[in-house]
Amino acid sequence: MSKDVIIRFENVTKQYDDGPAVLDDVSFEIERGKFYTLLGPSGCGKTTILRLIAGFTEPTKGAIYFNGQKINSVPANKRQVNTVFQDYALFPHLNVFENVAFGLRIKKMKNADIKEKVAEALRFVNLEGYENREIREMSGGQRQRVAIARAIVNEPEVILLDEPLSALDLKLRTEMQYELRELQRRLGITFIFVTHDQEEALAMSDMIFVLNKGKIQQSGTPKDIYDEPINRFVADFIGESNIVPGKMIADCLVEFAGKRFECVDKGFEPNEHVDIVIRPEDLEITSVERGKLQVRVDSLLFRGVHYEICCYDQDGNEWLVHSTKKAEVGEKIGLYFDPEAIHVMRLNETEEEYDRRLEAYSEVSDEK
Amino acid sequence: MRSNVRNLYLIPYALWIVLFVVAPIFLILYYSFFDIEGNLTLANYKKFFTPVYLKMALSSFWYAFLITAFSLLIAYPTAYLLTKTKHKQLWLLLIILPTWINLLLKAYAFLGIFGTYGLANAILETIGIGSKQILFTDFSFVFVSVYIFIPFMILPIYNSLEQLNPSLVDAARDLGASAWTTFRRVVFPLTLDGVKAGCQAVFIPALSLFMLTRLIAGNRVITLGTAVEQHFLVTQDWGMGATIAVFLIIAMAVIMSLTGNRRGKV
Repeated sequence: MSKDVIIRFENVTKQYDDGPAVLDDVSFEIERGKFYTLLGPSGCGKTTILRLIAGFTEPTKGAIYFNGQKINSVPANKRQVNTVFQDYALFPHLNVFENVAFGLRIKKMKNADIKEKVAEALRFVNLEGYENREIREMSGGQRQRVAIARAIVNEPEVILLDEPLSALDLKLRTEMQYELRELQRRLGITFIFVTHDQEEALAMSDMIFVLNKGKIQQSGTPKDIYDEPINRFVADFIGESNIVPGKMIADCLVEFAGKRFECVDKGFEPNEHVDIVIRPEDLEITSVERGKLQVRVDSLLFRGVHYEICCYDQDGNEWLVHSTKKAEVGEKIGLYFDPEAIHVMRLNETEEEYDRRLEAYSEVSDEK
Repeated sequence: MRSNVRNLYLIPYALWIVLFVVAPIFLILYYSFFDIEGNLTLANYKKFFTPVYLKMALSSFWYAFLITAFSLLIAYPTAYLLTKTKHKQLWLLLIILPTWINLLLKAYAFLGIFGTYGLANAILETIGIGSKQILFTDFSFVFVSVYIFIPFMILPIYNSLEQLNPSLVDAARDLGASAWTTFRRVVFPLTLDGVKAGCQAVFIPALSLFMLTRLIAGNRVITLGTAVEQHFLVTQDWGMGATIAVFLIIAMAVIMSLTGNRRGKV
C-alpha cells in the first residue's frame, strides 16, 4: 500500500537568532486524511512545527514539502492550510458570520455562495442561528467552534490546531475531543493537533508524535506509544508508569527489584542494563504469598474510578498501583502482574534502532 | 462607609475642576453676552455669523484639518514601525522628548531654521534651488504645527498597535489575506480607537492655535485662536473674544462626541 503523503519534513532545524535549536534536525511524514497529534511538554518545539507548516516562520535548515512541493518560503496566505489558534484569534470587530466569512471574502466569492458556505460550516460545529452574534457575546466553547468553522469553511487540505482545548473546562474539553474527532472523520481533512495533554492525544489521534527538546522521541499509534514506550521520557510523559532500573539476564528473563521475572522482550545483550516499565493498572493487589512483589502501602488516593495506591518495596522502589480494591496504609501486600505487563526499554535507544530490533526478533520468531 | 471615604479623596480634584474648568466656562459664557461698553446684548453672537468671522472659523477648521491629516499620515507608519523595532522604549522616549521642551522655544528654533539666512535656505542654496521665503507661509505654519503635535498622534496609535493581539494578524494571513488586506481589514479597524484619540489630541488644540500663527505664520493665517487672543489683549473686546471661545468650546464638544470611543456600543 503506497502512502499518501501530504506534508514531509526533511531534516528541519529551527533556531531563533543565536539561541539553542527549537527544532533539531526533525524529519517526518504526514499522511492525508489522518488525525495527527504533536505531544510534548511546553517548549518541546511542537508549536514551532505548527508555525512552520502554517507559514508563520521559516526553517533555519532543511526542507518542508507540501504535496511534493517545497514550501519553505511560501507565505502563509498562499498555503492550503488553516489554523485554529490557541486563543482562537477571532476578529473582535466582526460578528460570527463575518469571522467565518473572512477567508471566503478574500477569495472574492459571491455573496450568495458565502452565505451558504458559512451556514454550512456553522451547522457543522452546531452553531446554527448564531450568525449575527458578536464574538464577545459567545462563551469559550462557542468561540472555539467559531474558530473551527472559520478554518473548515475554506476547505483546506490540512487543519492545524494549536492547543485549542486548553482554555476550556474539563467537561467541555472532553466533549470537544469527541466532536473534533467526529468532525475530522466526517470531513476527511488531515488534522494536526498540538497538545501537552497525553489523555487528549491518546483519545483522539490516529498517530502521535511525542516530542521533547526539539526532537521527535517516538511516533506511532496511541496504543503503540502507550504499550511500548521507547524510553523513560515517553513512558513517563504518556500516562503514569512505574519505571525501575533492571538487568536483562537472557531473552525473556529480566531482573529487577532483586528478583528475576519472566517477560516477553528479546534482542538484548546478556546482562544489559535496562529500564523496566509497568503501568499502574497492570499491577494487581493480592496476598503477600501470592504476589510476585512484596510491598508496603505508603499512601492512598481516591480517584473516583479507582484508588491510586503508592507502595514501596524493600529496595525502596516506588510502585504506583491503580486498583478498585482498597488497601490500608502501612499494610504489607503482594503485587501480581503478567509477563506481558513488563515492558523493557534499552537505555538511549533511538526510534530507528528500536524499530530495527523489533523487526529483527519478530523475524526470528517467524522462522520458528 | 467606604464610599464616603472615597468621596473624601475626590475633594481636591472636584475643587480643581470647579475652580479651573467649570467656573471659567461659565465666566466665558457670561462675558459673551456683553458688548465692549458693558451692555447686556446678543450682538456678539450676531457678529460671529458675519463673513469675517465665518471665514476665520472656516480657515481654522481647514488648517486644523490639514495639521491632523499630515500628523496622521506620518504618525501611523511611524507608530507601526515603532512596534516592530527592538528598542521600542528608547525610540518612544526620543519621540516624546520634544514634548518636554517649551512650545515657545521650539517655535523660536524654527524661526532660526526657516529664516532668510537659516539652515533650510542654506541647504536650498547649496543644492541649487536658491533661497525661498519659507517663514510666514502656510507651509511653514502647517509644518511646524505637525512637528509639535505629532507625538500626541503617535502615542495613542502606538498604544493601540501594541495592544493588538499578534495572533489576529497571523489568523488573517492564515485565512489568505495579503499583508495589505490584513492591514486594511484587521489591523486598521482594530486600532481605530487609537487613531480617533490621536485625532482628538491634535485637532482640538490645533483649532485654537494662536502663538504659532503669530510667530511662524506671521499673522498671515488668522484662526479663531488668534482672534480670541486679539480681542482679549489688543482690542479689549472681551465680549467678542468670549463669544468666539464659546463657539470653540462647542466645536470641541461636537468633535469629542463624534470621535469619542463608542465602547458603550461596541
